[in-house]
Amino acid sequence: MSAEPLPTPRGPSPAPRRRQWSFRSEAFRGLLFQLFAVVLVGCGIWYLAHNTLANMAARGIQSGFDFLAQPAGFDIGETVIPYDALHPYWRAFLVGVMNTLRVALVGIVLATILGTLVGIGRFSRNAIVRGLCYAYVEFFRNIPVLIQLLMWYLFFTDWLPPIFEAFNVGGLFLLSKAGFSFPVPVWSFGVALALVGGLIGLLAAWLYRRWALRKFEATGRVRSLFWVPLAIVAAGMVLGWLVGGAPTAWSIPRAEGFSMEGGASATPEFLGVLLGLVFYTAGFIAEVVRAGIASVAGGQVEAAGSLGLTRGMAMRLVILPQALRVIIPPLTSQYLNLTKNSSLAVAIGYPDVVSIANTSLNQTGRAVEAISIIMAVYLVISLSTSAFMNWYNKRAAIKER
Amino acid sequence: MSAVFQPIAPRPPPVRTTGAVAWLRANLFGDWMSGVATLAMVAAAFYVLPGAIEWLFTHAVWRPDADACQKARGEGACWGVIVEKWRFIMLGRYPFEQQWRPEVATVLLMGLLVASCIRAFWKWWLGLLWLVVIPAFFWLMGGGFGLPRVPTDLWGGLPLTVMLATLSIAFAFPLSILVALGRRSSLPAIRTLCIVYVELVRGVPLISVLFMASFLFPLFLPVGKSPDVLLRVLVGITLFAAAYLAETVRGGLQAIPSGQVEAARSLGLTYWQTQRKIVLPQALAIVVPGIMNSFIAIFKDTSLVTIVSLYELTGALGLALNSDANWRPFKIEGYFFIALVYFAFCFAMSRYSLWIEKRVGVSRTR
Repeated sequence: MSAEPLPTPRGPSPAPRRRQWSFRSEAFRGLLFQLFAVVLVGCGIWYLAHNTLANMAARGIQSGFDFLAQPAGFDIGETVIPYDALHPYWRAFLVGVMNTLRVALVGIVLATILGTLVGIGRFSRNAIVRGLCYAYVEFFRNIPVLIQLLMWYLFFTDWLPPIFEAFNVGGLFLLSKAGFSFPVPVWSFGVALALVGGLIGLLAAWLYRRWALRKFEATGRVRSLFWVPLAIVAAGMVLGWLVGGAPTAWSIPRAEGFSMEGGASATPEFLGVLLGLVFYTAGFIAEVVRAGIASVAGGQVEAAGSLGLTRGMAMRLVILPQALRVIIPPLTSQYLNLTKNSSLAVAIGYPDVVSIANTSLNQTGRAVEAISIIMAVYLVISLSTSAFMNWYNKRAAIKER
Repeated sequence: MSAVFQPIAPRPPPVRTTGAVAWLRANLFGDWMSGVATLAMVAAAFYVLPGAIEWLFTHAVWRPDADACQKARGEGACWGVIVEKWRFIMLGRYPFEQQWRPEVATVLLMGLLVASCIRAFWKWWLGLLWLVVIPAFFWLMGGGFGLPRVPTDLWGGLPLTVMLATLSIAFAFPLSILVALGRRSSLPAIRTLCIVYVELVRGVPLISVLFMASFLFPLFLPVGKSPDVLLRVLVGITLFAAAYLAETVRGGLQAIPSGQVEAARSLGLTYWQTQRKIVLPQALAIVVPGIMNSFIAIFKDTSLVTIVSLYELTGALGLALNSDANWRPFKIEGYFFIALVYFAFCFAMSRYSLWIEKRVGVSRTR
């Protein structure tokens, strides 16, 4: 660049902008409307806040979040982190948030699998499969999720056999009024190493996949993108397990009187919420998947067929990748719906964040604080999920040149 | 050499591609996998169906006889519980001798809804009909003017469900149009307010809004004034539904090409004239199915008000059975019954939504 910038040519100077402070000017009216709206909302909020403070003073309600540091004084049925009644309220809320996330995450994974299967089933060549998938969607979508939760819970607590007559598969998996129990490996150094190995395997598999994809782009040679990465992960786990001394101890559930000993259990409350949410949301996901598949042009299927791809391959390699772009945005809102619907757990006593907040509200009388905690938790979950899905959606979107 | 004419054998007729057998072959035994699936499912049906039919019908007890139900427990359903308690489930705690009132009120309200769904009735007097029927509903339910008063905490069952769904959508609709227009407005302050409202409400579950209606609304009002819990819950559901409806309406607004707005402005129409005469008629016609889906969603969501102690269909069932030790064990049959009621309503509405979607499509391709 030369030292002196070129002088920019001067056109006719624009007419000086006249500000019309009259009601006829659109800009002025716009300003006025906005001012009016902001003042109105501000006054409304001030009025509500003023009333709330006056009411609290009149009823002698204390306010503030200081209660979070006091001991909660109630027990929680199932916890992910250690908790007892002497712990403070904030820890109880943390347990509740963890329980919400636990049921929502497991629910999202299961509902996605079931919903995708049912959605694809709507295109089956077998009339019975088609009919069953259609019936599934119509049946589960049109019954309120709360009733489904209550029915599952009733099924678990009322209809299943008592603990000493549990349904039992090979003595390993037990289903009874106490919930569903399954064996878990006894925690030891070897198990930890197997997990670490699995994580390393996951990383290696991801690197391999990237390398294989780049090779495919360069040479056109197809390498396995599913079985080899899977084998890498499995090898990592086995290796870690062998290095840790190959522990083989499993904790197996068995009924001891009126309680279940050993193994791990999912409580009837957890299962009620989980199954209710999964079956309900899967109906909606199936419709989302069906609409996505239907949006792929019919010529694509025919072209895939004429290239010699089987129906399964055409679905996996041609249709689903294109349908995914249509599917992701509505799928995100279904995930969010599932997470928000997990708040219904309060109806059957699963200790999620809403039910913890409800208990705290009844104990301390701090309605404003408890309800704002619920809202804040769900807002954070909702906004971060949609941020993540927007990012993923951008990745999956058509790369336009 | 003279060749003797030898007719070749006639070809077999083509394999039939229509008719029952061909349909079965194509749809049930298309390839070996399909055939295996068919056989497996038929086998599963033979395994499951006899037991299900026994439990549901043949071994079921249809008389309201608690002892017979107890005896058949595990083998047959106890539909007697419905026969015994259906009034309580459908109408809640409404005083027995006055129960014709909720019945008439529900029929009126549902008649109004059905009328609003029929194209031939989309005239100016339909609005008038709403203005007559809704007050009539409240008069019948609440009393006054010659009828004995019934406080709202005795209302329950189906009338409450239908009323909550109808009124919350009816009130949410105008609000949602304003919010949707505001979200597309060029005025930054108004746009921000609308975005914050919609995203805040859509980010939280309905149950937290209902808790707010139940616990916080009394605090929000001047000291000593607390409106009826039914009114508070109605306001809560309306505000909730409006945010979702606003997004539906916004979808319709976005589908209108901007040339329409520019043409209207160049004809000298003001903003509100443009919206009222050009944009909204087209946009709302597109979103009728979306509004219908919101209505179905709200209809199902009204079941949550049972958590804040309003006894609509779901709550009334609990109320009917929890207090009666004889019938409490047969709650699952009660759930089947109200699930059927909800299903009937929602399925009918979703069929209507599909039909109207096709109608809207016709007008667009024309």
